[in-house]
Amino acid sequence: MTIASDELLDCTGLLCPIPVVKTSKAIKTIDIGQVLEMVATDPGAPPDMEAWARQTGHELIEQTAGDGEYRFWFRRTK
Amino acid sequence: MTSLGEKPFTLEEPDPDAGDKPKRMALVASKGGLDEVYPILIMATTAAALEWEVGIFCTFYGLDMVNTKRMHSLKVSPLGNAAAPPPLKGKEFGVPNFISMLPGMTTVATKMMQGWMKDSNIPDFDEMMELCLEGGVEFYACATTMGVMNVKQEDIMPQASCLGAAAFLDFAADADLALFI
Repeated sequence: MTIASDELLDCTGLLCPIPVVKTSKAIKTIDIGQVLEMVATDPGAPPDMEAWARQTGHELIEQTAGDGEYRFWFRRTK
Repeated sequence: MTSLGEKPFTLEEPDPDAGDKPKRMALVASKGGLDEVYPILIMATTAAALEWEVGIFCTFYGLDMVNTKRMHSLKVSPLGNAAAPPPLKGKEFGVPNFISMLPGMTTVATKMMQGWMKDSNIPDFDEMMELCLEGGVEFYACATTMGVMNVKQEDIMPQASCLGAAAFLDFAADADLALFI
């Protein structure tokens, strides 16, 4: 799965709440419409990042899981 | 007598600003152990990342979170904690309570927890507070606790404001979520 991203955020080895906090900061550094790719290893990340997208309104375009790695692509909407 | 046919029945008028209003979380922090403030800090930083408004009322021992004389040296007590994890990772034996009561064991337990946090890449207390403040989390120092515990206004970190239960409840009344920790 490859989706073009404008920014890559590495949250491997980080536990809640840091991936959510870092994603929240990183999305503000890209322009509206651009895509942030985030990679995490915390098994809590998939439900957490879905919730983050739901609550903030940023779009979770795609997510993948494999080899203990979770990858997310978010589009900044506002 | 009113005719139901004239106007559709609604429970309340739709709020035109509802879409723009952020969610709000009101937290009461009543404990001051290092292990006891982490849940508060994690909830607060996460809620801030979800773009919620967060206010933390620091009362009783929770006041230590915003007391500059104590906030940088919060401790973990191993005494009487049946859930205290074994001191060595992967080993099954716990520490008997009579050892936990020996002088210095609180320091040992505190250092141990700080070590675990560091190994797990969890920010320390000061860094978590920094993340809270960056995220716009508001800290409220309980005025009554300040009086009872003889904490002066100048001992409270400058970002926190001093208020009583009525002012906090006024904030909490409009919260979507309130937690007492």
